[in-house]
Amino acid sequence: MIPVSWYLVVSVLLLACGLVGLAVRRNFITVLMSVELILNAANLNFVAFARQLGDVAGQVFPVFVITIAAAEAAIGLGIIVQLTRLKSTVALDAVQEMRG
Amino acid sequence: MDAVLGLVLLFPLLGALTNGLLGHRRGWSKKTTAAVALLGSGLAMVAAWVAIGHWLIHFGRHHAWYVKLFSWIPTLWGQTTSGQLAPFTVDFALRLDGLSAVMVFFVTLVGFLIHVYSVGYMDGEGARGYARYFAYLNLFMFAMLTLVLGANLVVMFVGWEGVGLCSYLLIGYYFTEGWCASAGKKAFIVNRVGDFGFLLGIFLAYKVFGTVDFAEIGRLVEGNPSGYEGYLNAVGLLLFVGAVGKSAQLPLYVWLPDAMAGPTPVSALIHAATMVTAGVYMVARANVVYRYAPEAMVVVAVVGGLTAVFAASIGLAQNDLKKVLAYSTVSQLGYMFLAAGAGAFGAAMFHVFTHAFFKACLFLGAGSVIHALGGEQDVRRMGGLRGKLPTTYWTFVVATLALAGIPVFSGFFSKDEILGRVFAAGVGDLHGYGRVYLGLWVLGVVGAFLTAFYMFRAVHMVFSGQYRGEAERLHHVHEAPATMAWPLRILGVGSVVVGFVGMGKAVTFGADVNWFEHFLHDTAPVVATAHLSLGLEWVLILLSVGVAGLGIFLATRFYTGPHAFQTPQHLTQRFPRLYALLANKYYVDEVYEKTIVKPLERTSYFSWKGLDTVAIDGTLNALAFFTEIAGDFLRFLQTGNVRNYVLWILAGAAAFVVLLAV
Repeated sequence: MIPVSWYLVVSVLLLACGLVGLAVRRNFITVLMSVELILNAANLNFVAFARQLGDVAGQVFPVFVITIAAAEAAIGLGIIVQLTRLKSTVALDAVQEMRG
Repeated sequence: MDAVLGLVLLFPLLGALTNGLLGHRRGWSKKTTAAVALLGSGLAMVAAWVAIGHWLIHFGRHHAWYVKLFSWIPTLWGQTTSGQLAPFTVDFALRLDGLSAVMVFFVTLVGFLIHVYSVGYMDGEGARGYARYFAYLNLFMFAMLTLVLGANLVVMFVGWEGVGLCSYLLIGYYFTEGWCASAGKKAFIVNRVGDFGFLLGIFLAYKVFGTVDFAEIGRLVEGNPSGYEGYLNAVGLLLFVGAVGKSAQLPLYVWLPDAMAGPTPVSALIHAATMVTAGVYMVARANVVYRYAPEAMVVVAVVGGLTAVFAASIGLAQNDLKKVLAYSTVSQLGYMFLAAGAGAFGAAMFHVFTHAFFKACLFLGAGSVIHALGGEQDVRRMGGLRGKLPTTYWTFVVATLALAGIPVFSGFFSKDEILGRVFAAGVGDLHGYGRVYLGLWVLGVVGAFLTAFYMFRAVHMVFSGQYRGEAERLHHVHEAPATMAWPLRILGVGSVVVGFVGMGKAVTFGADVNWFEHFLHDTAPVVATAHLSLGLEWVLILLSVGVAGLGIFLATRFYTGPHAFQTPQHLTQRFPRLYALLANKYYVDEVYEKTIVKPLERTSYFSWKGLDTVAIDGTLNALAFFTEIAGDFLRFLQTGNVRNYVLWILAGAAAFVVLLAV
């Protein structure tokens, strides 16, 4: 059986990719995808430990996370659609409407 | 039949609501307004008399007719001073017994007569002012009857506050005049001092007895008088503070003379015949408390006796006709408390009863004079009106004789009863305070002399000699119209005859025909004092009649004939200080102004400008200011750039991880 640490390594790599993408990319769609990567890193952890500990609860959590991620993506894409209509761009730096 | 007692309250209330909500808004004609008001008070009178008749026939005067209209405050549990749990319930209940029957009888009668009188007197007002006036007057009847019929202290308090409110509204009836408005406020605020005591008295009564119902309290105290020792004095004194305010006794009498700013019929009804006697009625109602509270009784008697002489002496030097009558009212109320304090609750109520007739008559007579002279109130600018105003003159003289305590007239019987009882309390050494009561009796006799003097001074200055005012006014002088004359006549007759229901034993040479006292025996029994022999009683009667006669004689000497006004002028020149002291009412208002009103004003001003504006508003404004400053700096964090926020979140997460690791 593949030890749990292997999964964790993959998970950390996914998380790192997500964080870097979140921090450096300017394209709104890419940023959303980075968020998905972070979430899936967490999902992978859940599943790995659930298998290790033989606890089904850990298998159930990712289902919820995926559901919420779907909702989040729907809203995010909705915002992107509106953004392109207003500014004809998906660059995050182009919008600063909420500046205090 | 229980509903009849409720109707007594309902009719004037409906009258007040109709005139106040509809008549005033829609500007009904004066005739309609007057009809509604007269129906309200007239039907209340009929209902009251039917109720009294029903009570006498079906219950008899030894039993009370108790009617619970509705449950007002549901049961709450509380602990009494003896540690028992007692249910606190207040029913809106009415109680008709000897005591309240007497009050209801004359309140509705005098009230109705004064409504009739007002129809003529207030004729000069506009339609809306007319409606407002009658709405207040009917509302007063409702409140007064609630006060009188209330079966417990709380219902009584509702009426008590109600009459206070109506008094305020009617004193300030001419509110466009600044001094009338402030007279109203003065009355209301001074009464608040008294009402505070009354309220504390009610609280303490509940705490001590576990109930506020008069009959219940009576049963408890009668059953175990020594069990409540100490508390009874406290309850009695606190309730008396309320009575002092409402009935204008020392030191809270100052509002009543100013209350004369209201229309004269109001002075007659509220500030002479009915409302101001509420304090006496309340003491008589709670007589079971006072009977077992010797110290409270002495305080009541001393306050009453001092007020009687104090106010009468001020009355000597007043030149405003209504002010003379106002001080006379304060003085007579003093007599009533003197009687109550000597344990003669029946005699106190008898004086309330007779006083209602002759003092209402005097005020209405004064109103007639003022009306005839187009608003003149200064007796120095009157005189010689006897021929012009015969009805007013005769009724005024009759009522004055009653007030002075001249035999046959009603005031004689009641005042004599009071002086006799106080003397008996002194001789019998009531509660060991015999000397105090004897001293008070002397004050009472002095007061009787002063009363006779100042009243006849007023009579002579108004009706005898030559007219001293502007000729123009004399030209317009007219006798009162029928609506004003008939109440005067009826009250004049009343001033003579109502005394016969309560003739003391001595007057009738031992025959027991004092119906009034028998009528009240179950509700306001007399505290047993020394029994005076018939001869001694007659000496007392002759003495009090003698001093009254002396007062009348001196007043007639001083203020009539070719040498009129010479002696008084001579006296004022001889004793300028004494005269100034009396004419300025012992400077009591000035002292109150300096010691109470001004410091209060200063405190209020400080609370406004110092505490409220600077401290409270300042703190809030400072908080708002600093928040704004902080916002001015922190707003730079809100860049609106999403990638900035992401960085902040990552930094936060990193910091958290570091925190966990360390």
